[in-house]
Amino acid sequence: MPNFTSSPRTLKRNRSERIFRAICQSAIALTALFLVFLISNLAINAIPSLTQYVVRLSLVVDPAKVDATQIAAGDFQAIVRTAIAAEFPDVTAKPEKKKLVKLFSTSIAENLQRQVTADPSLIGKTITVEGPLAADADSFLKGQQMSVSALGENSDFEARALAKLKEAGKLTREFSWSLLTNGDSRSPEKAGLRGAFMGSLFTIAITLLVALPLGVAAALYLEEFARQSRLRDLIEVNINNLAAVPSIIFGLLGLAVFVNKFGLPRSSPLVGGLVLALLVLPTIIIASRAALRSVPPSIREAALGVGASHQQSVFHHVLPLAVPGILTGTILGVARALGETAPLLMIGMVAFIADVPTRITDAATALPVQVYLWSALPEAAFRSRTSVAILALLIVLFVFNALAIWLRNRFERRW
Amino acid sequence: MSFKTVFTPAIPAIIAANAPKIVAQDVNVYYGEKSAIKELSITIPDKAVSAFIGPSGCGKSTFLRSINRMNDTIPSCRVTGKIAFDGMDIYDRAVDVVELRARIGMVFQKPNPFPKSIFENVAYGVRIHGLAKDKVDLERIVTESLQRASLWDEVKDRLAHAGTGLSGGQQQRLCIARAIAVNPEVILMDEPCSALDPIATARIEELISDLKQNFCIVIVTHSMQQAARVSDLTAFFHLGTLVEVGDTDAVFTNPQEKRTQDYITGRFG
Amino acid sequence: MSDHIVKAYDSDLAQLKSMLSEMGGMAEEQLAKAIDALIRRDLKLADSVIAADQLLDAKEIEVEERAVLTIAKRQPMAQDLRNVMVTIRIAADIERIGDLAKNIAKRSHAIYDGIPQRLTKGLERMGQLSQAQLKLVLDAFASSDADKAMDVWRHDEDIDALYNSIFRELLTYMMEDPRMIGACTHLLFATKNIERIGDHATNIAENIYYLVHGYMLKEQRPKNDKTSVTPFSSLNND
Repeated sequence: MPNFTSSPRTLKRNRSERIFRAICQSAIALTALFLVFLISNLAINAIPSLTQYVVRLSLVVDPAKVDATQIAAGDFQAIVRTAIAAEFPDVTAKPEKKKLVKLFSTSIAENLQRQVTADPSLIGKTITVEGPLAADADSFLKGQQMSVSALGENSDFEARALAKLKEAGKLTREFSWSLLTNGDSRSPEKAGLRGAFMGSLFTIAITLLVALPLGVAAALYLEEFARQSRLRDLIEVNINNLAAVPSIIFGLLGLAVFVNKFGLPRSSPLVGGLVLALLVLPTIIIASRAALRSVPPSIREAALGVGASHQQSVFHHVLPLAVPGILTGTILGVARALGETAPLLMIGMVAFIADVPTRITDAATALPVQVYLWSALPEAAFRSRTSVAILALLIVLFVFNALAIWLRNRFERRW
Repeated sequence: MSFKTVFTPAIPAIIAANAPKIVAQDVNVYYGEKSAIKELSITIPDKAVSAFIGPSGCGKSTFLRSINRMNDTIPSCRVTGKIAFDGMDIYDRAVDVVELRARIGMVFQKPNPFPKSIFENVAYGVRIHGLAKDKVDLERIVTESLQRASLWDEVKDRLAHAGTGLSGGQQQRLCIARAIAVNPEVILMDEPCSALDPIATARIEELISDLKQNFCIVIVTHSMQQAARVSDLTAFFHLGTLVEVGDTDAVFTNPQEKRTQDYITGRFG
Repeated sequence: MSDHIVKAYDSDLAQLKSMLSEMGGMAEEQLAKAIDALIRRDLKLADSVIAADQLLDAKEIEVEERAVLTIAKRQPMAQDLRNVMVTIRIAADIERIGDLAKNIAKRSHAIYDGIPQRLTKGLERMGQLSQAQLKLVLDAFASSDADKAMDVWRHDEDIDALYNSIFRELLTYMMEDPRMIGACTHLLFATKNIERIGDHATNIAENIYYLVHGYMLKEQRPKNDKTSVTPFSSLNND
């Protein structure tokens, strides 16, 4: 009867296999753990910023302070101040009044101005205006800060005032849409991601428009048409090297060439897009070449065999089959560009820009730069908003990657 | 008493009987420095099946691909000598490769339909050469080609389906239909059955016998039985040289060269 | 000839050849015994020849089955194909030789005591000649020697010539002594059988020629058997 029990040799072999497998599994587990830790940490930090305390103030639009013919010149802050004072009739001292005013965001007055501008007939009437609390008051109510004052001073007075408002039902906690609809601001409660988002959108659009045709054309030429030569080898090596060049170098290049030489507007998505296009060009070329190479030679031969010209065989058969691979590579490249910060810093997209850009030549910032900007700000509310911005960036990246996978599965053909 | 020996004639009967279609003279093919074909001369008769046999790397596929200049796609490949198609040297400067390949169709080892519909597979060559007057004409050509490739009955209800969804044998017949759709005069087949099962192989062989009424067919095959079954002329290649060429009937029963004999009887060292 | 890549193929062919050689040996023995039995009127020996023919028949069937199996399994080409085909054909020839030897042996009973010794002298010589031819052609097959085979082919004339003279001789006897007609007729058949054996030997020689050269011998064999065209009247004119 044969003996199939393990010999010491096979035992050793089996053991080493088990150990190897355990190492691999623990590596994956560790990675997953880091990821979970990162995401959950971000999520916990971000949650407070997702909601905001909104106050409703009933106020009289005093015609003495707002002139119907010159609404923009109206002193809306004064109207809001009066309304706040009216909420707390028992506070009379000036320093206390000032403290009260600081509890409310200046965007209440901005909201009021917007309403009045839209409908001048409101002047002289009593209306209700909504607006967020100031970030410190908001953070205090959410329990992020021990004190209403960011400096941690005694703030019993403010705490009592807020409690009173809450009791009166004037405070409601709402989803902070301003995060998505506002541009950047010095005041955390007003700061939003829309500017950065639009900046990223414009930048990436430029990147895609420039890098995709250039990259695919270069890949097509190198892979399908270029004769084997020293020059081609040199170009290949350089493209591969270019992919490894630190991104900040591209920023410097962009600054020197696009901004200083060509005089394109600094801080604009146009320049940012061009710089990022240079950055992802090697990636797209390499991915496209790999995709072209993965088209089986039998297809080329089939096309040539029926008398298609070289160009016809490439454009009718090879390129369409390589498209999913090219798109996947491109999306991954663009996703990388989306997360790039350094080159954008060099070309000045790091400036504080409150306006949402509407054109590619407007000064703008981008999502990763916004993260960088907010993370440097001291306010507790900005810390939380930084997490929101990071999550937003991650979600966009996730969508891009999912798109790449979907495209690959959807269009990939098997032989 | 003297014995008159009955000898295989110097000129194979099939070459004597049929018009020559392709005449190669002193052809050399090089891959870079390496010589793949040495001083090869052969006449390939029209309206007949010529088979190239020989061990792997003997140059039979290389020579086949020289006939429609498929080797042009390999940068290091160089061809000297003369390959004449109906008297015209195909390596002449005046020859447009695209026109040449339209007249010399090719079927490859692995069935390689385009990842498109069955109809589009056959219609592609017709389109790029502008052979169809209109849509009706195109449909007629596609139908006829599929019929001649004896595939029509199997696919007529699913012309819009992907060609890659067919079985291996059907795919190969689709490739043959694609080749004959552009109305070539010569069909080169590079081991067309090596990826197919015996039944599919038999279908292709039957098809080849049908097609030789109208085409000059050259087939490279590893299966000597296949060469014996389908071909009229057999050429045996070894180490880049043409060792023996003759009527298939003669080569497989009474080869003149020892190397041929050793190869076809399974003695090759 | 070098060996096949597939060793079993070689042993298949070798086995066919050795079976055929064995058959040849059996046929030679049968022929020698049959002629011996006829000349010495040894009925026991004759019966043993008649009985042994079955073995030869069985052997032929075995060779044929082997050959068919080899074709099915190995798909022989060129020389190998000719080898197998020729084996089948030679086996059939040898089997016929065996049948003819049996027939000769049978006639021992019929001519028992019937004729004087001298009448069988010519037959004896003819028997020796045919045995030599058979041996030679089997040797030629064993060594694939086409030239040797051609010698056999050419020398069949001699058997034919001998047959002619025996034919005339026997006819003369019959005319001289009508009581001899029965026995002489049997003797005549026996010599005719030996002549046929010679023809089979030339068939084998032709097959060896085809095996070696790859094409059939198209030449007409030199024939000297004139018995079928000899008018009876010509004998009187001698």
